[in-house]
Amino acid sequence: MKALKTLANGLLKENPTFRLVLGTCPTLAITTMAINGLGMGLATTAVLVGSNAVIALTRKLIPDKVRIPAFITIIAGFVTIVQFLLQAYLPALNETLGIYIPLIVVNCIILARAEMFACKNTVFLSILDGLGMGIGFTLALVIMGSVRELIGNGTIFGFTVTANLFDPAIIMILPPGGFLTFGILIGLLNKFTNVKIRKTGCQGCSMQCGVSSSNKEVGAQ
Amino acid sequence: MGDSKLLVSSSPHLKDSSTTSRIMLDVVIALIPAAAFGAYFFGARVLLVILATVLSCVISEYIATKALGKKPTIGDLSAVVTGLLLALNLPSTIPLWIAAVGGVVAIVIVKQLFGGIGQNFMNPAMAARVFILISWPMQMTAWVLPDQSDAITSATPLSMLKLGESTLPGYKELFIGNIAGCIGETSVLALLIGAAYLFYRRVITPEIPLTFIGTVALFTWIFGGDGLFRGDFLYHILSGGLILAAFFMATDYSTSPMTLKGKIIMGVGCGIITSIIRLYTNYPEGVSFAILLMNIMVPLIDRYTIPRSFGGEKKVA
Repeated sequence: MKALKTLANGLLKENPTFRLVLGTCPTLAITTMAINGLGMGLATTAVLVGSNAVIALTRKLIPDKVRIPAFITIIAGFVTIVQFLLQAYLPALNETLGIYIPLIVVNCIILARAEMFACKNTVFLSILDGLGMGIGFTLALVIMGSVRELIGNGTIFGFTVTANLFDPAIIMILPPGGFLTFGILIGLLNKFTNVKIRKTGCQGCSMQCGVSSSNKEVGAQ
Repeated sequence: MGDSKLLVSSSPHLKDSSTTSRIMLDVVIALIPAAAFGAYFFGARVLLVILATVLSCVISEYIATKALGKKPTIGDLSAVVTGLLLALNLPSTIPLWIAAVGGVVAIVIVKQLFGGIGQNFMNPAMAARVFILISWPMQMTAWVLPDQSDAITSATPLSMLKLGESTLPGYKELFIGNIAGCIGETSVLALLIGAAYLFYRRVITPEIPLTFIGTVALFTWIFGGDGLFRGDFLYHILSGGLILAAFFMATDYSTSPMTLKGKIIMGVGCGIITSIIRLYTNYPEGVSFAILLMNIMVPLIDRYTIPRSFGGEKKVA
């Protein structure tokens, strides 16, 4: 039961893209086409499962003080493997994703799962967590890529869906379209899953200082 | 206003007859000459474009406020103003569905998602214009000359200047509006009539428009010619969307600074960005980008130009 829960956690409840808002850099940069989102998502999933497994395996050996460098080294190892595999078998995808493949090393999702989950849990659960998070990330990227490709280019996965009924809005496959799609998707998801949004300002903060209510902050509205 | 007869609010306790809908109505009245000149020069299709954007804005305002569970605000006419301004910023040949999409973007994304009237962080009409310009650059630059009713595309005066063509329209054509361009931006005369009405009604103040236009004039005079101080600044003032944007778009209440100092910073900033884009980039016109960039600076400007109250602390913010 716990295994199933761990696996499903990354899909919606703690979806790395739409809920934890991690790894936004590749999310915004490569989702100009659905196929890029799928490729990037699967590459990240592979790294995430591998690094989670190895970090969970070695969690008792790694001293606490140097855990971050140790995690990064393990993650970088898996990223290098994935990059070599892509270069060998999917050179076209490797070309499109470009710098964002090596940048998986510093993707917050992977380091966050290592720090929050893998270094505290068993190998089996960590692999499931990596798999769930990876699939959640992949789903999010494919959805974003499909929306942007559909409106910005009239296609999904390269197939023409709109039958050229309208001229596509190029802005959607440019950077502004990424931010627009990302914001609106997060908003819709929050709306339809009844997420309680914490109050901002002093009501939502647990600190006892009351900084923003002091009279020095005239500019804050 | 609420139902209670007793109103409790913070100062200033000024009483004035102006309401949001009255101010918006004034802006609509002030834009009528420009729209009429546009319709006269570019033909009846102009009216269709205006109808498309205004209807799209009003309908999306109604649907968006309903969907977000807010009180419908179509009665304050602000959506009508947005629609009208957007139409005046589009070429007369624009496909009507693109114009309608622009209205939806302006109202739903720029205005309602950020909290409705008074909360928009950018001028909705200007943001929608830039959205359309980036999305459909071909349709957005299909200009026609006024006297050729069948669509023969032509360059606007500013793009002619950019391409270095020798036969440019004269100042008189530019002033009257007998040139290629967006529906409402060509006739400086009609825009000035509208602006004068707004000044008379005290809807807008002159700081932003004058500093904006003045900065563009100064900048293009110094750097716009073959050598320093040899630029044709009058040409830069009269062509493009400068007059329309300076009087009607940069002065939008929710996206312009509140203090005198802030307004001057806003006008000068818009002028510098506009001139740089006009003179040094691939775009012939930069007014819309300039206003949007300065719009997002407004909270910062407001923060650093808070006036010192009499006898108050020396340093705030």
